[in-house]
Amino acid sequence: MAQNSSPLLRILVPFADIPRWLVVSLGILIWVLVLLGWVAASYGGSIPQMFLPTPGLVFSKTLEMIADGTLYTNTLSSVQVVVYGFIVSSVIAVPLGLWMGTYRVVQSLLEPLVNFIRYLPVTSFVPLFILWIGIGLEERVAIIFFGTFFQQLVMISTAANSVSRDLVNASYTLGTKRHEVVWHVIFPAALPSILDTLRVTMGWAWTYLVVAELVAASSGLGYISMRAMRGFQVEIIFLAILTIGLLGLIMDQTFRLIRLKLAPWA
Amino acid sequence: MLARTPVAPPPPAAPSSERPKTLAESHSASLAIENVTLRYGGPKGVLAVDDISFAVAPNEFTVIVGPSGCGKSSLLYLVAGLTELSEGVIRVNDVVVDRPGPDRGMVFQGYTLFPWLTVRQNVEYGLKRKKIAVAERNVIVEQYLDAVGLYQFADHFPAQLSGGMKQRVAIARALANDPGVLLMDEPFGALDSQTRSTMQKLLLKVWEQRQKTVLFVTHDIDEAILLGDRVIVMTARPGRIKADIRVDIPRPRSMDLVMEPDFIALKRRILGLLHDEIDEDH
Ligand SMILES: Nc1ncnc2c1ncn2[C@@H]1O[C@H](COP(=O)(O)OP(=O)(O)O)[C@@H](O)[C@H]1O
Ligand SMILES: [Mg+2]
Repeated sequence: MAQNSSPLLRILVPFADIPRWLVVSLGILIWVLVLLGWVAASYGGSIPQMFLPTPGLVFSKTLEMIADGTLYTNTLSSVQVVVYGFIVSSVIAVPLGLWMGTYRVVQSLLEPLVNFIRYLPVTSFVPLFILWIGIGLEERVAIIFFGTFFQQLVMISTAANSVSRDLVNASYTLGTKRHEVVWHVIFPAALPSILDTLRVTMGWAWTYLVVAELVAASSGLGYISMRAMRGFQVEIIFLAILTIGLLGLIMDQTFRLIRLKLAPWA
Repeated sequence: MLARTPVAPPPPAAPSSERPKTLAESHSASLAIENVTLRYGGPKGVLAVDDISFAVAPNEFTVIVGPSGCGKSSLLYLVAGLTELSEGVIRVNDVVVDRPGPDRGMVFQGYTLFPWLTVRQNVEYGLKRKKIAVAERNVIVEQYLDAVGLYQFADHFPAQLSGGMKQRVAIARALANDPGVLLMDEPFGALDSQTRSTMQKLLLKVWEQRQKTVLFVTHDIDEAILLGDRVIVMTARPGRIKADIRVDIPRPRSMDLVMEPDFIALKRRILGLLHDEIDEDH
């Protein structure tokens, strides 16, 4: 298809690879464009400072909040909430999801409840949790847990259930006992999907963070955003958004590495 | 699937020998299939296997051919204990089969290597389940990797192998476990003809060095005659036995046989039997 195309035309060939330098340059280009747009809009004065801070203002605010430690403590508080909620959720969802996907009785018992809760927006639980648990760390962790657990359960159960029956059959003919199948076959066979599920739901957990902190928190990135809104300090909102985005990116890449390490075959 | 009331005594455990096993020492069980019937989906369901009986002596290489959908795979799954039979009984060394077990190894039609294990670990899998000591395990694994010519690929994952190589590992994995009966369900069916004949040669070599009771399903008649001591021809669904033909071609056999008059005569006979079935079907 692409035999005689010139380099310039090659980039228009569907699915064709492009040189590495081009990949990197394009990735940088889009950020440069966004930054230029921001600079033009804010320094140009077409949008008032109150709504759109200048990059310089955000930068100096960042330095200020790093220096007085507030960025660190609020970031730590947010990371703590997400990580706790995510770990508690995953530790339960992985084994339970494997059983659910493997044993019809577990599936029949849990599925009606899980499918009901799964489609409730997590925000609908916020008032209830504040009433029950208060506005401490536990309440925010509970929100993250509720937002991720049921999704994880369903996705992991599906992954377990789609393990090839003949893989299980082969394991039987090699001497695997019935009670050993989950650990020796289903779990490793589903591991790549499980790790993908954890990676995706980690991203979702970050999105619930702000929901949890907007309403009920005394620290955290969502909390300082909310407070900044009341004080018209739009540069702090920008800073919080950038920090959350950056942390999300770091988490995502960490999961990518974990997956390469734990499931190098897939 | 596995729930059946009569509890058979566990299959005889592998002797935990002090010295490593050599290729010559291997188990070979007898197999008896007595009035076996299989209906999928209860009494009113699809009749897949209809009152089949035959016996296979230890070390015998029995090949089953038949039109597609006639119940060949179903029969192997029954012997493996992976499917519950509706009527009849299957015995391995006079022990009633009521569940799957390592005394009946199987090579499946599709690829069933464990993708998360390397070639070496796949071959080792059954030995680990039997709790065989590391030193002995290593000796056995290396023998079989060598036998199927995959020693250099020991540390590759299955995804890095070609189809033919995957089936070679599957054969090594089944044999390393030293089952009394080896079940093979069109193991070379998905391979191109070149690879397929390489695999047939390899299987002939391994089997002739180290005999074992084999029940081998294929739709390739050359393959059936080349490999088998005996070819069982099945009818179209529901599967019954149409003919049971001895292959009196001396071993060791080679691929050149396909040109010999004896071979061609046998092939013509089996083809005739199969064509009857396929014609009746349409
Ligand atoms: N799990 C199943 N449930 C219902 N019918 C089945 C099942 N497996 C196979 N069959 C049917 O049983 C018949 C025999 O199938 P199979 O043993 O796979 O044939 P073969 O291996 O000879 O091609 C076919 O008609 C097939 O459709
Ligand atoms: Mg079949």
